[in-house]
Amino acid sequence: MPHTSTTPPAAQHHHNSLTRIGWRRLRRDRIGFAALCIVGAYLLLALAAWSGLVASHWQDEVAHPYAPPTLFAGTAPHHLELDAADIDAADRRATSAAALDSSGATGLSADEDPLAADLAAAQQQSAQYRSTGQARADSLPLGADQRGRDVLQKLLQGSATSLQVGITGALLALAIGTVLGALSGYFGGLLDDLLMWGYSVFTSVPDMLLLLAFAAVSGRGIGTVVLVMAFTSWTGTFRLMRAEFLKHKGREYVRAADAIGAGHGRRMFHHILPNVGHLLLVQFSMLTVALIKYEAILSFLGFGVGVTQVSWGAMLAEAPAELLQGYWWQMLAVTLCMSLLVTAFSLLADSLRDALDPKVK
Amino acid sequence: MLAYIVRRVWQMVPTLFGVMLLLFVLFNWVGGDPSYILAGKNLSAEALAGIRQQLGLDLPLPQQFLIFVRQVLTLDFGTSWSTQQPVSALLHSRIGPSLLLTGSILLLGTVLAIGIAALVAYLRGSVTDRLVTLIATCAMSVSALVYIIAGQYWLAFKGGWFPIMGWSDSTLDNLLHYLPLPLLLGVIVGLAPDIRFYRSCFVEELGHDYVRTARAKGLSEPVIMLKHVLRNAMIPVVTSLMMSLPYLMMGAMLLETFFGIPGMGKEVVMAVERSDFPVIKAITIYIALATMLFNLLTDIVYKLIDPRVQLH
Repeated sequence: MPHTSTTPPAAQHHHNSLTRIGWRRLRRDRIGFAALCIVGAYLLLALAAWSGLVASHWQDEVAHPYAPPTLFAGTAPHHLELDAADIDAADRRATSAAALDSSGATGLSADEDPLAADLAAAQQQSAQYRSTGQARADSLPLGADQRGRDVLQKLLQGSATSLQVGITGALLALAIGTVLGALSGYFGGLLDDLLMWGYSVFTSVPDMLLLLAFAAVSGRGIGTVVLVMAFTSWTGTFRLMRAEFLKHKGREYVRAADAIGAGHGRRMFHHILPNVGHLLLVQFSMLTVALIKYEAILSFLGFGVGVTQVSWGAMLAEAPAELLQGYWWQMLAVTLCMSLLVTAFSLLADSLRDALDPKVK
Repeated sequence: MLAYIVRRVWQMVPTLFGVMLLLFVLFNWVGGDPSYILAGKNLSAEALAGIRQQLGLDLPLPQQFLIFVRQVLTLDFGTSWSTQQPVSALLHSRIGPSLLLTGSILLLGTVLAIGIAALVAYLRGSVTDRLVTLIATCAMSVSALVYIIAGQYWLAFKGGWFPIMGWSDSTLDNLLHYLPLPLLLGVIVGLAPDIRFYRSCFVEELGHDYVRTARAKGLSEPVIMLKHVLRNAMIPVVTSLMMSLPYLMMGAMLLETFFGIPGMGKEVVMAVERSDFPVIKAITIYIALATMLFNLLTDIVYKLIDPRVQLH
């Protein structure tokens, strides 16, 4: 039933009942509801990370490089770290070997070496800093990366980034697709031809290639990635919305709205849009999953989030070099975290499609 | 039919024009002045002016666009900015490895996916069906990156069964030595979504009346599955297969990058890394052309295998 402005209480009731039926069906669907809870939990974590409540110190080097996860502290490969004493010992060996040669390691005596004074000052300063460094942990719940950063904190911050990119990118793509699709389907004619031409242009280039072409001219960073993804992935929504608006514009309730003097904009976005909104919800969850996967690949290739930001793709980019040395924990953590969210979102999309299908009683 | 093909080819002209316009706006307008990238560290006013003149950047924009249009029409995209090779020769040498890799992935993956999907659709509702669907759902959720990283590490580096990366000039050597692991990983990545999609096609066909009729007249199950259901279910399968052809060329991008295969996908990644605009533009035009042609071919094949379809 349409949502009309002349009879707000009744319209409100009908509009709500459509959503309410869907909600009731989703509650009854155990898998769908579980998926909704998981997605909700991720969103809460991401919100906490954005607001700085958790994982705001993910860049702190709190442990030894490649400190293993606590549970595997005994079995994990050992990282050989040289400390100051080792370096001094090596230095002494080098100087004693060089002492046979009268002129020292650099071939210059301390008087002749123009850098000797600077070097001595630098060594003094570095000794000062070394002493103020905090104690580093030997193991962490999920281990540490190359620089000794906590993988758990990185994972939380990375999840927040990936979700942010996926969700804002999907919302923006949805907005572009819906507005253009609505204009195209509702008005038809020359505008429709023009927009369909744009659609055919964007769909004749594969998504990934289009993403890379956009990435080639724009810089790195979360904002850029979101824009690039939105500009390249609006086409699916456009096609869907165009067909829906084409179908709905001749319906009686839209003609009735016309009769009571509702303008084009009001008919499109106040009357038709609520009736096709359930399709957008499904489209949104599918788009988010796709964009999260794309973001991982883009960041892995180095065209995604900036170097001071962390995302699942940026974490996976460190994985091949780590695996070679036997440090598997960062890759496993990212894989599990990402798979859980993607599975939950996909299952949620399936359940939403079933729950919001008006044909199913 | 001929009239239809001619009309469709004619319709490609505005689309191709649009792709050219999009690329032109991206690389000549949004992308900024590429002469700074090319000049590198020897930045001097003369060097910049020289590069601008060489690239035609000192010309007015409409004239620059005409040059680009001429490049597309003659399929001569000049020379690569980073290697100074002619772009057409570069791409010519890259298409072979890509086709070998993606072609074999498509072939093997489709045969396997159709076989498994037909089996689980036939056993629909059983434990096997649910198990396969569950595994496929979980397998789909893992990023392709993880399969490739893990496969390269365990199967090639740890196991030593495959070379870690590489490509040779001899096709036989490639087939026997360098292709198997990327092929295996490509098939694994694509298998899960394919099985799920093909299964739904088969299940839909199995619910139709003609299956009941065939059973009622006493046909054996293998005949029903292979002769009746398979042929009908092939319609959406072939359509999706044809649509994936141009996409597969880019889909192998990760595999080519990881395994050092000198194909189109790796070339795109390197071109983006080096801001090699002529190469990116050329590849995009070629792939867009391929996509349009394959879309037309899809519709024709669709008509050939399903006589009910009307082309208009």
